[in-house]
Amino acid sequence: MSAPIVLPKWADLVVVPMLNVAIAFLISGLVVLLIGENPLAASRILFTGALGSAESIGFTLYYATDFMFTGLAVALAFRAGLFNIGAEGQAYVAGLGAVLAGLTCGALPRPLPILAGLLGAAAFGALWAVIPGYLQAKRGSHIVITTIMFNWLSYALMGYLLVNTLRKPGSMNPESALIAGASMMPPVHEILGALGIAGPVTPLNLSFVLALVCAFCLWLMIFRTRLGFEIRTVGVNPDAARYAGISPSRIIIIAMALSGALAGGVAINEVMGVEHRLLLEFTAGAGFVGIAVALMGRAHPGGVVVASLLFGVLYQGGAELAFDMPKISRDMIVVIQGLVVLFAAALDGLFRAPLARLLAYRS
Amino acid sequence: MIILRIPNVRRSVTGAGGRAATPSRLHAAAGAGATAPASGAGEADAAIELIGISKRFGRVQANNNVSLRVERGSVHGIVGENGAGKSTLMSIVYGFYEADAGTIRIAGKPVRIASSRQAIDQGIGMVHQHFMLVDTLSVLENIMLGAEGGALLSKAARQMRASLAELAATYGLEVDPDARVGDLSVGLQQRVEILKALVRGAEILILDEPTSVLTPAEADRLFAMLRAMRAQGKTIILITHKLREIMAVTDRVSVMRRGEMQATFETAATNVEELAGVMVGRPVVLKVDKSPARPGPALLKVDDLWIRDERGVARLAGVSFDVCAGEIVGIAGVSGNGQTELLECLAGLRPPTQGKFFVNGIDVTGQDPAQLRRAGLAHVPENRQGMGLVLPFEENESAMLGYQDEKRFRAGPFLDLAAIRYDANSAMAAYNIQPPNCRLKTANFSGGNQQKIVLAREIERDPDVLLVGQPTRGVDIGAIEFIHKRLVGLRDQGKAILLVSVELDEILALCDRILVLCAGTITGERRPETTDNTDLGLLMAGISGSAA
Repeated sequence: MSAPIVLPKWADLVVVPMLNVAIAFLISGLVVLLIGENPLAASRILFTGALGSAESIGFTLYYATDFMFTGLAVALAFRAGLFNIGAEGQAYVAGLGAVLAGLTCGALPRPLPILAGLLGAAAFGALWAVIPGYLQAKRGSHIVITTIMFNWLSYALMGYLLVNTLRKPGSMNPESALIAGASMMPPVHEILGALGIAGPVTPLNLSFVLALVCAFCLWLMIFRTRLGFEIRTVGVNPDAARYAGISPSRIIIIAMALSGALAGGVAINEVMGVEHRLLLEFTAGAGFVGIAVALMGRAHPGGVVVASLLFGVLYQGGAELAFDMPKISRDMIVVIQGLVVLFAAALDGLFRAPLARLLAYRS
Repeated sequence: MIILRIPNVRRSVTGAGGRAATPSRLHAAAGAGATAPASGAGEADAAIELIGISKRFGRVQANNNVSLRVERGSVHGIVGENGAGKSTLMSIVYGFYEADAGTIRIAGKPVRIASSRQAIDQGIGMVHQHFMLVDTLSVLENIMLGAEGGALLSKAARQMRASLAELAATYGLEVDPDARVGDLSVGLQQRVEILKALVRGAEILILDEPTSVLTPAEADRLFAMLRAMRAQGKTIILITHKLREIMAVTDRVSVMRRGEMQATFETAATNVEELAGVMVGRPVVLKVDKSPARPGPALLKVDDLWIRDERGVARLAGVSFDVCAGEIVGIAGVSGNGQTELLECLAGLRPPTQGKFFVNGIDVTGQDPAQLRRAGLAHVPENRQGMGLVLPFEENESAMLGYQDEKRFRAGPFLDLAAIRYDANSAMAAYNIQPPNCRLKTANFSGGNQQKIVLAREIERDPDVLLVGQPTRGVDIGAIEFIHKRLVGLRDQGKAILLVSVELDEILALCDRILVLCAGTITGERRPETTDNTDLGLLMAGISGSAA
């Protein structure tokens, strides 16, 4: 038994996460020091590599797009009391929806092909999430277990389809044919070019804007609609939800469907925005990073946006760092990520008590 | 009869055991069982003294310069409304919190208590309102927890068994050491908690709302034990909001309000009205003022209702009754005899295995809570924190729980936050909910105010039938008065109210008819004018008296 730690909202939302990230970086610096590199130089490379030029910013935002989608997906499920570990598999299967739409709907008038792609990705992602959701709601199968299983199922299914069904005739690569041009998400540098602004060529495309729109809509949904109220009630207190005439199983299924649809955004960014075809394991772990992003963002859409940008910086800057400092591999970035997750999520309470004491002392 | 001879439990410093033994023998010599207050012996030494204790949580001053002196060998009551600071004060004594300022003296010496371990070493024991027991372990194992005395248990178990036998003989605290705690009645579980404290050498025993889970008979047995302990020189601090108990068992009583100590009385020289007035800060009417009921047609009809649990045990076995317009029908009974199941069933949270019930003459069996609300039934659940409210939500969100479908809370696809907050604010004003800020988290309201949030929400929908479970559990006197008035007011508007409460006083004061539930069946029906605690107590125990 201990006293509840009450912090002002600003401290809770800003100071605590910043402190956590700062400590994670500090310890990462020590690790860098340990392998014999200069942590200050390393962090300079990391940040200039991520934010130093228009090109690097483009790459950073492109990475951040994936993390934003999966972070929002995990955050939404979290609000309903569900730990959706399966954003990876949902994003992967969503790729199938995106590519099928891209291969079949290209002849439709614009912007219908793109809308069809968005819909396909969202629908397939939702489908892959709704099955574990249904099993949780109606059969009591634990969502963590089933979503992990569904990640593996998605690897097997997509591998099979890419090798046997979707592979371009005559190609040796397990990848699909290119989608129609009308189905591709317009890259940001092209849009800027059309406006007369010259910019470097980066993978950043309109999916980033879509992700921001999704974050805003999710915020509206969670905090301003009846559905959001019901989702939050089920997440915090299922008994109170039943008392209030809300069916927790219905809410679980809806929340998982929406969560899977959001995870499908990765497919929009990767398949429709960058690769323009379906590749083996194109998700590259974005679904798992999304868990960290959602935890760090405290399952709040605004927090998720900020956290995904931070992870975008880490990815892009980390790639530069691995390139410039041979002693630091990309694994180092994974270590930093791990530390961020450790401090931001697992050790969240670490600095709350001292901070509360400090504030009480000052006032 | 040397009371405590437990080698493996570290005794407190400065030989408190020796000090304690002397008065206890004195009293034993003076005649065990005599209930004369210990202070009558003339040695007015304080078992524990608090001087100028202050404690602040954020902006809340929970304790402000509180001083308290508890005489050795006395039963000292501490009363106060929820949030008055009694629990904080006792948590400071028991080492959960450290005071910002002030000193604690035990047996005249200033001590620092930074953890409950140190409190135990100082001879302080605490029995919490919610028991800290492991259901799956035996009584002996529970008592040994934290005092195992080494890697192998057998030696400590042997010693513990011996000291339990001694304690049983000294205080009448018999309990089978090998029984599984989960199988014991609540009263016996509480006894295990008391034994835990005594085995650890407690000279000062703090009991936090000890009777809130007991039947009247169990409460009487508890008081007998407390008197026995006092006769042996133990000091007992009793935190409660039930003033009748204070009058029955304490020697002195201290009243707290808003974090401050208001006054300390000799119990013999005060009365319930005076105490209540000091607690609330104004004169309080304790009797419910109501006119005789004028029952109309039956609005709620229950017909042969059966509920079986997962194991096929009948929790409710063929219950039938009516609740008419303009009357309050009370369900009395020891908790766990089907009241919870009955309420949940009528609220649509648990389908009956057999039987029907009707609201306004319409069969609503099997409908879900949302449908039942539309049929004119409102429900104040027994467990307001677990079911009636969502504690992490803002007050205005909790205040619309269950009514989120209502049109007036909607603005297009969105919730109409302005309407929701306006509604919450007017309920807060009408029910005097403190603090009057509907943006605060529900968890930040006191028990009484939380209950008012639920009541306001359910009553203001103007339901035909209101189900109310434990309306005043953990609610302070000022709020109880208010809640009772509201319920009677609703009755006088011609609504049907079904009230489930474990507080017999409440049932007797509020209800027009009383049904007693025991083991899932109605063992009797009484009118409050023609019954009393004893009569109802027999029915609650399943002993049917003469039919009413």
